Amino acid sequence: MSLLEVRDLHVTYNAVSQAPIPAVRGVDLTLEAGETLGIAGESGCGKSSMAGALLRLLPTGTEVTGDVLLDGEDVLAMKPGRLRAVRWTELAIVFQGALHTLNPVQRVGDQIYEAIKLHAQSAKDADPQRVGDLLELVGLPARRSRAYPHELSGGQRQRVLIGLALACEPRLLIADEPTTALDVMVQAQVLRLLAELQRELGLAIIFITHDLSTLVNVCRRIAVMYAGRIVEQGLADQVFADGAHPYTRALSAAFPVIGEAEFRMNPSGLSGDPPDPRDVPSGCPFHPRCSVATEVCPHTDVELWAAGAMREAACVHVSGAPVSA
Amino acid sequence: MSARFIGGKVLGSLATLLFVVCFNFFLFRVVETDPVANLYRGHNLTQTQRAKLTEEFGLDKSTGAQFTSYLKQTATLNLGRSYTTNQPVWDEIKDKAGPTIALVGVSAVLSAVFGIMLGVVAAWRRRTKADYSITGFTMATYSMPEFWLGMILLTVFAVALGWFPVGGIEDPSSTATGLAKLPDQAQHMFLPALTLTLAYLGEYAIVMRSSLLETMREDYLVLARAKGLRDVLVRNRHAVPNALLPVVALMAINFGLVLSGAIAIEAIFSWPGLGLATYEALKGPDLPMLQGMFLVFSAAVIFFNLIADLLYGYLDPRVRPS
Amino acid sequence: MSAVAAPSARRIAWIRRQRALSRAWGQFRHHTPGMIGLGILVAAVAMALAAPLLADEAGLRAINATDNPTFANPSEFGPLGTDSLGRDVMTQFVWGARTSLLVGLAATFLAMLIGSVVGIVAGFYGGKLGGFLMRITEWFLVIPFLPLAIVLAAILGPSVKNIILVIGITSWPSTARLIRAQVLTLRERDYVDRSRALGGSNWHLMTRHILPNVSPLIVANTTLTVPVVILSEALLSFLGLGDPTNPSWGKMLDDAFETGAVTAEAWWVFVPPGLGILLVALAFTLCGTALEEILDPRLRDKNE
Repeated sequence: MSLLEVRDLHVTYNAVSQAPIPAVRGVDLTLEAGETLGIAGESGCGKSSMAGALLRLLPTGTEVTGDVLLDGEDVLAMKPGRLRAVRWTELAIVFQGALHTLNPVQRVGDQIYEAIKLHAQSAKDADPQRVGDLLELVGLPARRSRAYPHELSGGQRQRVLIGLALACEPRLLIADEPTTALDVMVQAQVLRLLAELQRELGLAIIFITHDLSTLVNVCRRIAVMYAGRIVEQGLADQVFADGAHPYTRALSAAFPVIGEAEFRMNPSGLSGDPPDPRDVPSGCPFHPRCSVATEVCPHTDVELWAAGAMREAACVHVSGAPVSA
Repeated sequence: MSARFIGGKVLGSLATLLFVVCFNFFLFRVVETDPVANLYRGHNLTQTQRAKLTEEFGLDKSTGAQFTSYLKQTATLNLGRSYTTNQPVWDEIKDKAGPTIALVGVSAVLSAVFGIMLGVVAAWRRRTKADYSITGFTMATYSMPEFWLGMILLTVFAVALGWFPVGGIEDPSSTATGLAKLPDQAQHMFLPALTLTLAYLGEYAIVMRSSLLETMREDYLVLARAKGLRDVLVRNRHAVPNALLPVVALMAINFGLVLSGAIAIEAIFSWPGLGLATYEALKGPDLPMLQGMFLVFSAAVIFFNLIADLLYGYLDPRVRPS
Repeated sequence: MSAVAAPSARRIAWIRRQRALSRAWGQFRHHTPGMIGLGILVAAVAMALAAPLLADEAGLRAINATDNPTFANPSEFGPLGTDSLGRDVMTQFVWGARTSLLVGLAATFLAMLIGSVVGIVAGFYGGKLGGFLMRITEWFLVIPFLPLAIVLAAILGPSVKNIILVIGITSWPSTARLIRAQVLTLRERDYVDRSRALGGSNWHLMTRHILPNVSPLIVANTTLTVPVVILSEALLSFLGLGDPTNPSWGKMLDDAFETGAVTAEAWWVFVPPGLGILLVALAFTLCGTALEEILDPRLRDKNE
């Protein structure tokens, strides 16, 4: 049985006096214990909504349908008490370390301890000493537990959030854009830390980002999302180096590698904007921006078809596509 | 909170107080043209008597010397004599402080408590009937002159319906003493306290509502829920402490407003406190009394600003020097 | 730059400003509370301007009212009855609107003028001048408004002009503080540096760059200051510090209280003026809130 199995997940926001917004339009995912999966896509593709849906953390009124099986148990059907018990102990989220992700008027140590105490089964488990241990695990001195969030740098806050996520020893970690707000040097440090922890603790990690290049060293598999759906899935280096879907190729080309000659003379960026979730183009949602779109693209309901060994892509050009391009 | 932080704030307050004391002197210097004549109005003074009194009051000295003696006198709480009653101003203040402290204290606390509660409800149930009616109600009370509200309440509940006394602090014909006087006094205080409370709870409600609405969108609430906390705990442990911060800042300002509002309200309800004394001093004008009132009111506001500042520093670590 | 380009650049700025204004008006029109406020204000101003047509000014003087019954209620003597001296309440109400609105607007204008100048100068120059100005502002803020206003009014003597002065002098500090904070952030913006690099003088920077960007804040703050000023005028008049010859709404309340309208249950004498104050203050607050939301989109989301 897989650690996490997501089947046909749909997330629709129902804001007052506005049309419903379908942020996620049918996503399937599978993750085994200790496996790493990266999810890449531009802003608005639905990746953060999907992450929030896994623990039912989306605003009230949001419609979430499908199956989210955590060790075989459906998260969407859990009673509130069971859901709260599962949160953080089975599945934890590492949020982006912006200033207001942590409570500004509480010391960071207390915020970590709150999680420990909440899920402690006995008095022994609620050991304050563990806060210091967690901080050292993520590379911070234990005495930093007395600091307030505004007294820490962005990188330090991100480490605190990682330590916080590990407080109850979850088996699955979701890292939602953990390096986006950091500068390049600190980004590399945090990525290294996550990779180390993953190896040492045998964690399963879902790593969400818009920067495809950061996923290559941390994840075994990568899924690319566009307009609320997964448009490509496969092994990390293959997806990055040689994307089967035109969007994937554009995404990997969008982040130039410093020093590589081809990027110097060929600035590449994807023209246009991601589609408004309320007004997704017909057929393949990417066709308006696609450089290799054909006449059938606007009329074909694309699905994930085989595109090679351990690879799928939702494009008419791949080998497993039922129509000819 | 470090001693440095507290010390800094206290010193700041003392400096402001000193400024007010000096300002007080020079302000009234401009107004008071002939204190001797004013104080002994109605008496016919001979030249020698006038000269002697002038010397006694130190009015023949230079401004600088007068200022120094003013400072010395103020430090010893010698604030001059009232023009109307001829009693020392400080004695008058001491007598009348009690009723004002009671009225203003009760009203300030109640307006904060009820205002905050209304703000929380309005924010928690935003865009429902509860929210709209609370917002409408608070805007109306915020826009009305508080003494007008007092007059209406007085007319309806005291004069017309007779449920409450029309004025004063106690029934003059009552023979009760000590604590037995309290029920009677409470009944007398009900309407003025109600007026002041209604007049000032509006701003608390408005500020608390918008503060809580802003706090409810913060990311750390999502994190708190993700940790597995129940909604009630998320709200009480994480949302409310952050939302209260602007309200605490408001408390300092509002206290000054309640104190000022008490002047008119005490006049309307004949409440024998400092406010009524100020109102009557304005009629003279009884300048020494006014001078004393100015000092006392300013000192009270400065003091409560200090308390609110310290409280805010305790609640929000971001303003403390780290 | 050729001589032809300069006027057209100005013209472009003008067109842009007009477009922004009409856009703002379009948004305002849909803001129900704001429109209600605007409606009330239009009615109040119309009534104040039309005072001579609505009521005879002679009716304000007690001498002309000796034939009238005192404390006559609205059913006996209409439309709003008479006060303790037999004067027609409606006449006082209509003429009182003039004073209250005049003082409200004039004192606000004065406070805004001082506050904006101090705020902009303090924010722009910083250093010793800025620090000094802010020190004065902070001190003014600490002294409670009413005792200071009372003392100033007692010194200056009761007249409409003095009331305007007193309120203006005591109300500018909070505006100054707000505007200074905004100017501080604006000063760091790139276009200020660039303008300076092009040789722009301080005056040019302040009037051409800082001022237009602070204006929305000033406008919103002004509309929200007027209610406070109107209430202050009412309070000062009630305490007897207003002009005794001028029939402001606050003075009507003072008269009502002093002459025992309360004990006589003569509600028609004091309810109308208080209601007038409430409605005008409320109207300005509604408009001000609407303006704030339109000019600062962040506030709009917050209130949803």
